[in-house]
Amino acid sequence: MTTPVLRGHWGYAAITDKIADEVLTRRPGLLWRLSFWSTFAGMLVFAAATVHLLRTGVGIWGVNVPVAWGFAIANCVWWIGIGHAGTFISAVLLLLRQKWRTSINRFAEAMTLFAATMAAIFPLLHLGRAWKFYWLAPYPDTMGLWPQWRSPLVWDFFAIATYIIVSFMFWYVGLIPDLATLRDRATGRVKRLVFALGALGWCGEARQWVHYEKAYLLLAGLATPLVVSVHSVVSLDFAIGNTPGYHSTIFPPYFVAGALFSGFAMVLTIAIPLRRAFGLHDLITEVHLDHAAKVMLATSTLVAYGYLSEIFMAFYGGDRYDIAITTDRWVGAYAPVYWAMLGCNVLLPQLLWWRRCRRSAVLLLGLSLLINLGMWMERVLIVVSSLHRDFVPSAWGLFIPTAWDWLFLLGSICTFAWLFLAFIRVLPAISMAEMRELGHEQNAVGAAP
Amino acid sequence: MSRTAPWGLMAEFAGAEALVAAARAVHAAGYQRAEAYAPFAVEGLDEALALRPRGIAAACLIGTVVGALGGYFMQWYANVISYPVDIGGRPPHSWPMFVPVSFSLAVLLGAVGALIAMLWRVGLPGLYHPVFNAPDFDLATRNRFFLCLRSDDPVFDPDQARVLLDSLAPMRISEVAS
Repeated sequence: MTTPVLRGHWGYAAITDKIADEVLTRRPGLLWRLSFWSTFAGMLVFAAATVHLLRTGVGIWGVNVPVAWGFAIANCVWWIGIGHAGTFISAVLLLLRQKWRTSINRFAEAMTLFAATMAAIFPLLHLGRAWKFYWLAPYPDTMGLWPQWRSPLVWDFFAIATYIIVSFMFWYVGLIPDLATLRDRATGRVKRLVFALGALGWCGEARQWVHYEKAYLLLAGLATPLVVSVHSVVSLDFAIGNTPGYHSTIFPPYFVAGALFSGFAMVLTIAIPLRRAFGLHDLITEVHLDHAAKVMLATSTLVAYGYLSEIFMAFYGGDRYDIAITTDRWVGAYAPVYWAMLGCNVLLPQLLWWRRCRRSAVLLLGLSLLINLGMWMERVLIVVSSLHRDFVPSAWGLFIPTAWDWLFLLGSICTFAWLFLAFIRVLPAISMAEMRELGHEQNAVGAAP
Repeated sequence: MSRTAPWGLMAEFAGAEALVAAARAVHAAGYQRAEAYAPFAVEGLDEALALRPRGIAAACLIGTVVGALGGYFMQWYANVISYPVDIGGRPPHSWPMFVPVSFSLAVLLGAVGALIAMLWRVGLPGLYHPVFNAPDFDLATRNRFFLCLRSDDPVFDPDQARVLLDSLAPMRISEVAS
């Protein structure tokens, strides 16, 4: 038998109470309150900035021809990438029977939902006339028009909308037994009512479990191709255009690898403070950190291969514009971003070859923050640097982000963090039903029942 | 004993193994409507009660097929029949361009199908259930395991049921009011 995923001996009751009490009885600490209210303020600023944007127009950002896609699109790609780790952990690792997913799948799914929501906001804001976004959907309009089915931007709308809805269903189905637990353990009348409505009347009958498990498995099976397809479709927004630096067949796998890379970095960014704040060291152990770090190392290598392949194809293909954009990335206006990106995404993750680094929470937290930064720089570089030098020198231009660009980036991070902080107070951050099952299996293997 | 017929007779167990053993015993004794309640998906419980998931995979498949074909048809209809646009002489029926949306809708409707079939099969949402009246039943979602013999089972006899449950060494036996 391999090393157990959980530390110590946890019975059904202990594991249930530990997780449920974080929601039901524990008073929020000072740190949580400070973070909650400061990110809440950040969310309000984000909302106010959005109002200003809608009233004034996208001109408040630094975008202009030739760089008409700036931070908004880069942020969208970055956020949707972060969202991929949740589905990977929930669905792919479930199908692969990886026991360690159980401690982290719930909050990773919540992270996915919130990140995908942030991702969905940016293209809408970038439309300029955000209130006409429904033109992307096929509906019987009086002009008799249809969406342009050959446009990757329409595919994007379908891919991201499907992703959010399926992720939500998967997350909610996983929550049903836990909501029933909260219903049975909550003391306040309002809390009981809310949890009871959410639990839909679940009573844990064997027939319910059989059908539930089947549906959960099928949802996992359906969500698995989404891990690959959503970011592939996002990458087609770029790859189908003929701009040098966009027009590349490596883009779909390269984007998916980058998505998992940044997603696992975000999972660790969340998991490490979470386990410290809630004292979850027995449930989210070094084994989890180690495995997540290994996934980061693997995806970092894939991303590095993507960088190499882009360079190789530019020179092997011999297209002068491809060569020009490649050398521009090395020495041009955005070269510092390029080299910083390589440092964050390729160089520093090499530390993860060492087991001691993979098990050091502090180092992993720092590293995952840097990887998030590095992946964000990669998205900006893809979007901006390719556009600022395309074919005709007379059409070249620089993109310089304005204060509003930074405000929207920081605002989205605050909103994401605020949603997550609210989530861990009102819903169990770890699946109690699955932890009971895991504890049952682990205890059966170990000592007496 | 027979004032008003109870909904069933409920036995309470401390462990998952005891519940599976008890479920096997009552199933062997001919009970068709025995219901077992557990705080997690206990391995072997479905076999002990001869339960199998029904209809979910089919609903999921139907959803997937409807999504894929419906999505493809929508795009074909829009581009070929309803509003054909000639862009550089490209064929209106440019099928590779229709794949991403068809795929998305296949996944979406497949997931919706599986979810609806699951809720339908297990009778959710249904906020009231007689077993919620049983003592300690709030622990069924925490650390206790219950086995209920329903009184509408053809082989149910109050006295024999109690004897049978007694022989399984439960922590307690109680009547569930209907």
